[in-house]
Amino acid sequence: MKHVLSALVVNQPGVLAHISGMLASRAFNIESLAVGETENPEFSRITFVVSGGDRVLDQVRKQLEKMITVVRVIDFSGQEFVERDLMLLKVSTTIGARSEIRELVDIFRGSIVDVSPEHVMIEISGQERKLEAFVDVMRPFNIIELVRTGRIALLRSNEQTIDVSEDTPQEKAAAAARQ
Amino acid sequence: MATAPQTATEKTTITNGADILVESLIRNGGNLIFAYPGGCSMPLHQALRHKRDRIRTILPRHEQGGGFAAQGVSRSTDEVGLCMATSGPGATNLVTAIADAKLDSIPLIAITGQVPQAVIGTDAFQETPIIEICRGITKHHYMITADDWTDPESVRKALESIPRIVKEAYHIAKTGRPGPVLIDFPKNIQLATMDEEPNFDPEIKLPGYQPQVRKALPEQIRQVIAAIKRSRKPILYVGGGIINANASDELTAFALRSGIPVTTTVMGLGAFPGEHEQSLAMLGMHGTVYANYAINDADLLLAFGVRFDDRVTGKLDEFARHGKIIHVDIDPSEIHKNKEAHFPIVADVKEFLISLNQAFTEDDKPEIADWSKQIAAWKEKYPLKYNQTGDSILQQYAIDELWKQSKDRDTYITVGVGQHQMWAAQFYKFNRPKRWLSSSGLGTMGFGLPAAMGVQAAHPNSIVVDIDGDGSFQMNIQELATLHCESLPVKILLLNNQHLGMVVQWEDRFMQGKRAHTYLGPVDHPEALGDGDGPMVEDTYPNFVQIAKGYGLGAESVRNKADFPAAMSRMLDSNGPYLLEAICPYQEHVLPMIPGGMTARDIIIE
Repeated sequence: MKHVLSALVVNQPGVLAHISGMLASRAFNIESLAVGETENPEFSRITFVVSGGDRVLDQVRKQLEKMITVVRVIDFSGQEFVERDLMLLKVSTTIGARSEIRELVDIFRGSIVDVSPEHVMIEISGQERKLEAFVDVMRPFNIIELVRTGRIALLRSNEQTIDVSEDTPQEKAAAAARQ
Repeated sequence: MATAPQTATEKTTITNGADILVESLIRNGGNLIFAYPGGCSMPLHQALRHKRDRIRTILPRHEQGGGFAAQGVSRSTDEVGLCMATSGPGATNLVTAIADAKLDSIPLIAITGQVPQAVIGTDAFQETPIIEICRGITKHHYMITADDWTDPESVRKALESIPRIVKEAYHIAKTGRPGPVLIDFPKNIQLATMDEEPNFDPEIKLPGYQPQVRKALPEQIRQVIAAIKRSRKPILYVGGGIINANASDELTAFALRSGIPVTTTVMGLGAFPGEHEQSLAMLGMHGTVYANYAINDADLLLAFGVRFDDRVTGKLDEFARHGKIIHVDIDPSEIHKNKEAHFPIVADVKEFLISLNQAFTEDDKPEIADWSKQIAAWKEKYPLKYNQTGDSILQQYAIDELWKQSKDRDTYITVGVGQHQMWAAQFYKFNRPKRWLSSSGLGTMGFGLPAAMGVQAAHPNSIVVDIDGDGSFQMNIQELATLHCESLPVKILLLNNQHLGMVVQWEDRFMQGKRAHTYLGPVDHPEALGDGDGPMVEDTYPNFVQIAKGYGLGAESVRNKADFPAAMSRMLDSNGPYLLEAICPYQEHVLPMIPGGMTARDIIIE
């Protein structure tokens, strides 16, 4: 079972190393991890995809929350959220299917960002399923190289996810008590 | 040599980073530090020397000793113990003491010198990435650096951050679930100067850390009381959380009012008076039969400030399987970590107990007359016991005798790790908290002597006894020098059986008694492979009395039980540090015993 978690962390050196070290030392299985600064440069947001049962998820969340540099952890399970993954891939055009590739890129709403006689580079973003489907349709053309950012996610609606003051200990305690 | 008179234009207050750090420690209450100098911490030692009328610096003989001594302060007082080492090997020598503090939730501030920023990352002499090494074993860590060490403004900012970092370190170490904090301090910032004093009382800036006291909700208290009232076989299972929260008065009050029996973890000894009839002593692998039977049969487990460690639970599925579990802990990550709780409550256990005591009425007392009778029968049938006959000094007897002679005095007990530790936990009955110091989670041999040193420094007029084994004792034996040179009159009861007794016990139980590097004498001795014939080794090695005397301690060795009580009282009444060696048999096993991963039904009694 895969879960998407997002951690708001203090933007300082070593935080990513600390978090990935903790996850590794507690033997949690992380499928992807994406990190970047937020609208407030004092904080970064890390999005994780964790695989495991509810109990594992619960421990990952609590162990993250326990870290001094982690301000807040959001578990997207059961909530309305938008998730995206960005992919760049180089596809060979030596077999002369350039127009066919272009057509497929359009259908998937990707774009061609670099062209050479032997290949095209395609940029495409979306949910994981879409990216996987796109990889499948590109395979026959020979994918030379591929890179992905890993998933990022945000809650829908007006729910604030960055307001630190909201995060009272009672809330944290109540969240923990809910299991 | 006379110093030149100062002119009016000369700067009178030059403050460097090292001065600021030491001043910050003092202003946060630090008055004692265990520090071993080296190239990258020399400026800090100069600052400590300069301020020696306000902070005592004790020089241990190994950084690990300093780390455990600092824990000795933390575990026996409400203070945060301080230790310091230089970069590289000095820092790595602190690692075990830091990990130990993490696993036992002991507040500690460790300060390490670091190579100057200009050479960080170049494999400089005595450089180790100590922050990287310690991330997983600290509650938090800091490195005091300038963003750009060549820019004076940036260096100045680093200097100004020191009081905030130290204040935060104290705050983090002792609030919430306590733990160790590491401050790594590159030498260039230690030596950098500023003309005026920084603000020593800055705002702390920790948006991700809110350890504000958490109280249980009234609804939760009502549920707990209802569960207690309904129960017929309740038991209190309490641990180090009670000690850390200073909640033993509240716990004792609740236990006495409700009549519910109390068993403690090894970290919880002293949380409830060990001599009280409601005490079931320790539970778990080497806990009492009655505590383990009671847990096994209980219908309600009041688990306060505990973490369901494997040495307590054995096979998790079987542990307390008849009982509903009320788990109160300050750390949300402990809830459901090992064992699913029916009533999970994240709260400061002291606040929780205060609320519980307020709401609990005579009417809520559970009907437990039958349960109490059952427990009394188990206690009668399976008491903690040892062989009273014979002339040799059994370890259990020695500890029992120490207890009799010291229980009415102002006594602290520290231990190493192994059989002697478990026997001390069983036979020394602690009636007060913070009197028992044991490396429990990490199980570090060599803990006892340096920890005792720290306790003695914090309590100069108390009796501090390190009950040690010959294996553990030799892991930090160099601290005997510190006892002598710093006038710390620690007493050492050395139970010498010439073996690594706990491993020997497991060899006997699970490996057909085949000795594999568990004999501590010369390898050409028949005992090295287990071929000896005597009940105890006659020619013991090394000569601990000579060693102790060489370090300047009083010392004697006894073999016969008849001589032991007098020797014990000579030690307890001596003024200086003192070693009493008791030559003990190695065939004794710590019993009862539940082998790892087994259940209370598998308990070994004989």
